[in-house]
Amino acid sequence: MTDILMPALSPTMEEGTLAKWHVKVGDTVAAGDVIAEIETDKATMEVEAVDEGVIEALLVDAGTENVKVNAPIARLAGEGDVASFDTPAPQAAQDDVKKSPEPESKLPRPPEQGAPAPVSKDAMPAPRADGERVFASPLARRLAQAAGLDLKAIAGSGPHGRVIKADVDAARGKAPSSAKATEDKPSAAPRQVQSLEQMGIAPGSYDLVPLDGMRKTIARRMTESFRDVPHFPLTIDVEIDALLAARVKINAMLEKDGVKVSVNDLVIKAVATALRRVPEANASYTPEGIAMHHHADIAMAVAIDGGLITPIIRAAETKGLAQIAVEAKDLAARARDKKLKPEEFQGGTFSISNMGMMGIKQFASIINEPQGCILSVGAGEQRPVVRDGQLAVATVMTVTLTCDHRVVDGAIGAKFLQAFKPLIEEPLTMIV
Amino acid sequence: MSDFDLIVIGSGPGGYVAAIRASQLGLKTAIVERAELGGVCLNWGCIPTKALLKSGEVYEQLSHLSDYGLSVKGAGFDFPKIIERSRGVAATMNKGVTFLMKKHRIEVIAGTAKLEKGSPAPKVVVALTAGGSRTVTGKNVILATGARAREIPTVGLASDGDRVWTYRDALAPKALPKTLVVIGSGAIGIEFASFYRALGSEVTVIEAVDRILPVEDEEVSKAAKKAFEKRGIVFRVGAKVTKLSKSKSGVTVDLEVGGKAEALQAEVAIVAVGIAANTENLGLEALGVKLDRGHVATDSHCATNVPGLYAIGDVAGAPWLAHKASHEGVHCVEHIAGLKPANLNTPIPGCTYANPQVASIGLTEAAAKAAGYEVKAGRFPFRVNGKAVAAGETEGFVKTVFDGKTGALLGAHMIGHEVTEMIQGFGVAITLEATEEDLMATVFAHPTMSEAMHEAVLDSFGRVLHL
Repeated sequence: MTDILMPALSPTMEEGTLAKWHVKVGDTVAAGDVIAEIETDKATMEVEAVDEGVIEALLVDAGTENVKVNAPIARLAGEGDVASFDTPAPQAAQDDVKKSPEPESKLPRPPEQGAPAPVSKDAMPAPRADGERVFASPLARRLAQAAGLDLKAIAGSGPHGRVIKADVDAARGKAPSSAKATEDKPSAAPRQVQSLEQMGIAPGSYDLVPLDGMRKTIARRMTESFRDVPHFPLTIDVEIDALLAARVKINAMLEKDGVKVSVNDLVIKAVATALRRVPEANASYTPEGIAMHHHADIAMAVAIDGGLITPIIRAAETKGLAQIAVEAKDLAARARDKKLKPEEFQGGTFSISNMGMMGIKQFASIINEPQGCILSVGAGEQRPVVRDGQLAVATVMTVTLTCDHRVVDGAIGAKFLQAFKPLIEEPLTMIV
Repeated sequence: MSDFDLIVIGSGPGGYVAAIRASQLGLKTAIVERAELGGVCLNWGCIPTKALLKSGEVYEQLSHLSDYGLSVKGAGFDFPKIIERSRGVAATMNKGVTFLMKKHRIEVIAGTAKLEKGSPAPKVVVALTAGGSRTVTGKNVILATGARAREIPTVGLASDGDRVWTYRDALAPKALPKTLVVIGSGAIGIEFASFYRALGSEVTVIEAVDRILPVEDEEVSKAAKKAFEKRGIVFRVGAKVTKLSKSKSGVTVDLEVGGKAEALQAEVAIVAVGIAANTENLGLEALGVKLDRGHVATDSHCATNVPGLYAIGDVAGAPWLAHKASHEGVHCVEHIAGLKPANLNTPIPGCTYANPQVASIGLTEAAAKAAGYEVKAGRFPFRVNGKAVAAGETEGFVKTVFDGKTGALLGAHMIGHEVTEMIQGFGVAITLEATEEDLMATVFAHPTMSEAMHEAVLDSFGRVLHL
């Protein structure tokens, strides 16, 4: 008999939603079979069985939120336990196990192996259950208490995972303290919102859609970024007639390979090339210094059901257009199916958000921390332009670069856009 | 293919400890040393001075044996023998390091190292002590070349080994000077002042700022000055040396005190005005190694700006203490080996082994206030501590500085008999992030002088018991 535990889908994952069961009690599974779907704040992942056996009990209902990593979610009976499977009720199953013909199974089992009742949402066992000792320094305990933080929820970085002051400071969203920093400012917590009722909207006059993991993450990350990152937009117009013409030729050439390059793919290529020329714009602010990224890992915002996600074209500056097109198409498709792996959407160095296809002329995105810049791409449309003193018509696209002023000053942002513009306007220069 | 996983340059308490830790972690390690294994610390610093100070302390004790109901006739000392004992102690420790290198299979290369461009780390070219040259390559190189006494030749503050000494000369003099001027009242200056005064020299200490032991808490500085003055040391604080000139019979030190000129005469002057990092002739300029105020600039893992090159200990900056160098050495090597080493920011205790001793860790009261803490400070004097009274060692006190808001122990400061052995208690407390509650709840053995530590904590929160 083996417990199947809630898996960690990424190093930072602490809990997730058990979205769906693919098996029911009594099903026989083999290693590699998909048994459940887990939804984290960003993605839905399939959980595969590691061992073969028969599902003895599902300990967590489908749709249960906030299931802690490593909490048992199901119980698998091995060969010796198979006999027990006519009654799904765990207690009965346990009795049957005792009667099973295997001599080993007749031995009294240690109490912790007695099957607990299926766990409800509320009683979900956490990695550190109540009563279990949390290792934390006295100062960390006191600071956590003062800040109203639960020590169990704080990952310890001290010896043997002990929670130390720095961890509590980090959990409070503060820089390592000097005394001045420990003065209580409510800055870390998002603004307290009044209830809708207090604001004059009657209960019952609306439907409440529960916040899912993705919505919570978007709310938290965007609030923190917009509040804490000193950002500013830089806007520039680029003419794309040559780009559109080049795209037609490129696609004609690639047709035999079944590859189709989009304007967005060309923008990704141009951004990556421009970042190679202006590496200062491919940077992240950290308290220790400015991280100058070695590669242009371009995160592209993809709208999906219930929110958005930013899959990443890694080292885009090293990739050709066809490869970018293929990768972008695959990533976007899997993003919409919520099938991205965490490493496919975490850790980009520069973001692009393109709302041109929705007719948006111009917008300024919010910085996607810790990236230094995000480029907002508007619609390409025919506009009057003045050329040599004469009015003419050109297809113009407005792009806006939002910069984190801590790493990208106005002049650097402008330098990037000056590198970007000719790449778009003379697409041949991208391959030089 | 590199010859070694790690090459350490300098075998002081930073370098040799780093080499041992590296060997423990399975790194093939070499250490380059141009002089004695063990560096300044155990050949010309920490250890031989402690030997001298012990002689001085025991001799001083003889002069008030009657306090203990004892008498001794014909007390005296043999100065060359005191020096000889100190050198013998240094030699013993040096042999110990030689043994440790052998035990951990660390290759010792006797010679002077110079770095040249290389990859993944700079190449190390050693001008061998035995003659000739040998080039070794390592995946990583740690600079642990230490520091030396700072000299200021423009005003005559430069050692000649005869009338003007640095610590090195003061450790092995030919004769005991009758009169002595010590320039600088940091730990080194004060220790030599204390030793020579104990043996009867007339000692004057000159300090540029307005108090002695300027890095210590002000209350400790004040108490230390009083204690040393009681033993006959004369202090000139707020005094700037304008010129030191030598004659056949001794030195003349011209001073400026409060705008007025003064002159002091003595047989010998000891220059103890800080230290200078050993960054020269290592090829650092050609490699483009970044310096910061004369020291090699390093990041939070002791890495320099040159790939594969690290720096630890005195050459990498203050505090210039052996245990800081060892701590950095272990941290640096564990980082190189891909482990998660202990925090480098742990407070470093500082000790002065004069009579009485001074020991401290963390923030002084003034520094804590300046950092914006709501300070709660308390103190407890040894004169009401039972063990201290019984031992006749009632000088000094323990002081603790807390953050009133969180109860975090920010600093501890002590002066008194053997307080350098007590400071570790507070070191453990700070490292474990103890609060005042934990320290109050700790049972201190009775009777011990350490009980004053407990009482100082209690006093910080208005709960002192024996006062």
